[in-house]
Amino acid sequence: MFVKIDSDHSRFKQIIRGKIKKELRKFITHGEMIGRQGKDLVSIPLPQIDMPHFVYGPRQMGGVGQGEGKPGTVIGAGEIEGDGSGQAGNEEGDHVLETELTVAELVELMGEELELPRIQPKGDSNLNSEKEKYTGIGMSGPESLRHFKRTYRQALRRQIIAGSYDPKHPRIVPMREDRRYRVSRKEVRPEQEAVIIYMMDVSGSMGAEQKEIVRMETFWIDTWIRAHYKGLQARYIVHDAVAREVDRDTFYKTRESGGTIISSAYKLCLDLIHKHYPPSDWNIYAFHFSDGDNWSGNDTQECLKLLQDELLPIVNLFGYGQVESEYGSGQFLRDLSEKFYREGGATHESLVVSKIASRDAIYDSIKDFLGKGR
Amino acid sequence: MSLSPELIKWRNHIREIALGYGLDFFEVIFEVLDWKQMNVVASYGGFPNRYPHWRFGMEYEQISKSYAYGLTKIYEMVINNDPSYAYLLHSNALMDQKLVMAHVYGHSDFFKNNFYFSHTNRKMIDVMGNHRSKVQRYIDEYGLDKVEAFIDQCLSLENLIDYHSPAIKRQRFHEDEVLGEEKDTKVSVKKMKSKEYMDTFVNPSDFLAAQQKMIEEAKKKEKSFPEHHERDVLLFLINYAPLERWQRDVLTMIRDEAYYFAPQRQTKIMNEGWAAYWHTTMMTQKILDDTEVIDYADHHSGTVAPHPGRVNPYKLGMELFRDIEDRWNKGKFGKEFEDCTDFKEKRVWDKKLGQGRDKIFEVRKLYNDLTFLDAFLNDEFCVQQKMFTYAYNPNNNTYEIVDRDWRKVKAKLLQSLTNCGSPIIEIVDGNYNNRGEMLLKHHFDGATLKMDWAWETLKNLQSLWDRPVYLETMVEGIPKVLSFDGKETHEK
Repeated sequence: MFVKIDSDHSRFKQIIRGKIKKELRKFITHGEMIGRQGKDLVSIPLPQIDMPHFVYGPRQMGGVGQGEGKPGTVIGAGEIEGDGSGQAGNEEGDHVLETELTVAELVELMGEELELPRIQPKGDSNLNSEKEKYTGIGMSGPESLRHFKRTYRQALRRQIIAGSYDPKHPRIVPMREDRRYRVSRKEVRPEQEAVIIYMMDVSGSMGAEQKEIVRMETFWIDTWIRAHYKGLQARYIVHDAVAREVDRDTFYKTRESGGTIISSAYKLCLDLIHKHYPPSDWNIYAFHFSDGDNWSGNDTQECLKLLQDELLPIVNLFGYGQVESEYGSGQFLRDLSEKFYREGGATHESLVVSKIASRDAIYDSIKDFLGKGR
Repeated sequence: MSLSPELIKWRNHIREIALGYGLDFFEVIFEVLDWKQMNVVASYGGFPNRYPHWRFGMEYEQISKSYAYGLTKIYEMVINNDPSYAYLLHSNALMDQKLVMAHVYGHSDFFKNNFYFSHTNRKMIDVMGNHRSKVQRYIDEYGLDKVEAFIDQCLSLENLIDYHSPAIKRQRFHEDEVLGEEKDTKVSVKKMKSKEYMDTFVNPSDFLAAQQKMIEEAKKKEKSFPEHHERDVLLFLINYAPLERWQRDVLTMIRDEAYYFAPQRQTKIMNEGWAAYWHTTMMTQKILDDTEVIDYADHHSGTVAPHPGRVNPYKLGMELFRDIEDRWNKGKFGKEFEDCTDFKEKRVWDKKLGQGRDKIFEVRKLYNDLTFLDAFLNDEFCVQQKMFTYAYNPNNNTYEIVDRDWRKVKAKLLQSLTNCGSPIIEIVDGNYNNRGEMLLKHHFDGATLKMDWAWETLKNLQSLWDRPVYLETMVEGIPKVLSFDGKETHEK
């Protein structure tokens, strides 16, 4: 009799998910999401899903109440509109729907909405790891795995049924058939290892707004890729004229000034890969965000060469995101395109470039980067 | 869960007491539910066997959250059915359960005897079950999305019914007329017999002309469709909208359910007031033992506490029943009392008629909220109950008390109860522009429609009618016609 609510309830939740998807563009640019982990709950206010009717607008209705007070006495704030609703105010007020989702669910929704393909880890020689998990209870097993509590309970139950239990002298003697043991089950899980290397241009031309955009974009990319790999590693590189590795916090907060030599970052990135992440075992994701204003044409040539000869062949994905800024010329994107794009697409499958004009463009940019499913 | 032996004992006791007071109820079947089950039943409006629909899930989510945060607690639910089913919350203390049972007998008596409930189906539990299996079958056949979308559209129009039609036989056509057969093809005014020289006096020519015009207009009206303005929009759609068979069936179900629930909206104040009147009468006179008095007083005062921003139906209904009882006990009614201008005399007026009880039983039989307040809410009562009208003050974004004049209070109350608090909207023309379009008219009474909803609802109506729909209404004091033709909305 009462099971049925579950299906109506889950249908309702499904509808909510649909609503969230539609509003996703807004949530993605909400700064406050940043830094939350997969299991963290995010509370999302949604407009009430209504069943529209022909009804009176609440504000003009007014109504009748009971109690003390002279004309002019305030009896309620205007926000509480429900008080004045149709039937002599005996209906409840408007509800604001607050839905709680985990970040993981939210990312899942984002994946559905952006139609992001599942990431295909490279190579088929993936290691499988087997793990024994004790999840069940059985009637037989080694004594070392005996479940004391369950055994005791079973014995107690038997004795009570048999009538041999005396509450004054509670003495429980388990018999052979009372014994319960932990039972294990093998879990096979493919083991893939992945690393993301984020590079950001922190030269003078990258302002706070540009960094904020990078922050949001990397957060979502990070969360999405994390959903596909266990134990994902992330490395952060900032560069102006020289590149250095920093921790996550610094990555988002540093503000340097000075020139821009992009190749320094690429070199450091390659260095990291060769030292720690042999491409044969690792899925490597590299993202570079810049305003596209490189110091010299020579350096650009060097970057392109590094990309073509060394980086692109070994990474799953190299994403270049160009954030629009007042000062940046955006030349680097043009150079990249000239070199690697022919009619009909990039010459290297692993290269994606994306232009991020403003906050609103983050959404589409994420799709650019992750739409390939690599 | 069924009742514990102790609760059965009390049920029998309270039932005897209720019968002793003259209450006449359907047999009541009590069930004890835990809070989760109670929330489920409440989400389904009391019926555990409703058709599948997401809004019940939404209700459930809200009710459960509200309960979990300690904002609301549902002590009891009872449904209008023969036998009546009533649900008690498992965690209620014994005193609460007694109170609730007494309260439920009050409701059941009201269901059985109030005139406005007389048209409702007393086997509604079974009907709901049928609706459920039919809708489920349509979902299996046509797919959830399609059926659900259609139900959503129908529910959006659910309040476009004619609340009084179960009680009144509307004149759809004249009785002596057989449909399809013209009664009178001659379109002329019958003259009164008179002598020739008196003729211009007995049958003045301007009168004849006016009569002639009226007949012609009536003739013209016969051709209009519908012949009379139709408030039961759902019925009109069932009869004339180009729907598929299953759609017609679903719409019919939703209309039936709307009419079933309508009297509960029409008599909210009376119904709750009556039940509150009886639980307090029974509890204080016959049921309570000494140890329970404080808890009872706490619970009861919580139930009938007045709220500044709204009318508490329990409070208003109960007080008005008590006031009526008092007035009819003392004979404070009728011409002699009304005409008396001496306040002192009026205050101590007591003719020892003792007709109070009989009167309130009669009132609970014949009235609904609107007529109840119209007939019995008076000057003294308003003052005694400290009633006021309030309104929205846009300058401060607050609601403020406006007036304590009883006429205004009464007018406001009656206005909010008219047509169950829904705007009166009727079909004026089902063949508007002679192109099968539909024209609706909102009878404006000072309050504008909630516009965003109005547009959405209009769109839903259009998708059922399949031809453009128009709604005449007032927006910010200006007459407007809203229309939707399936693609674009227009406002002019």
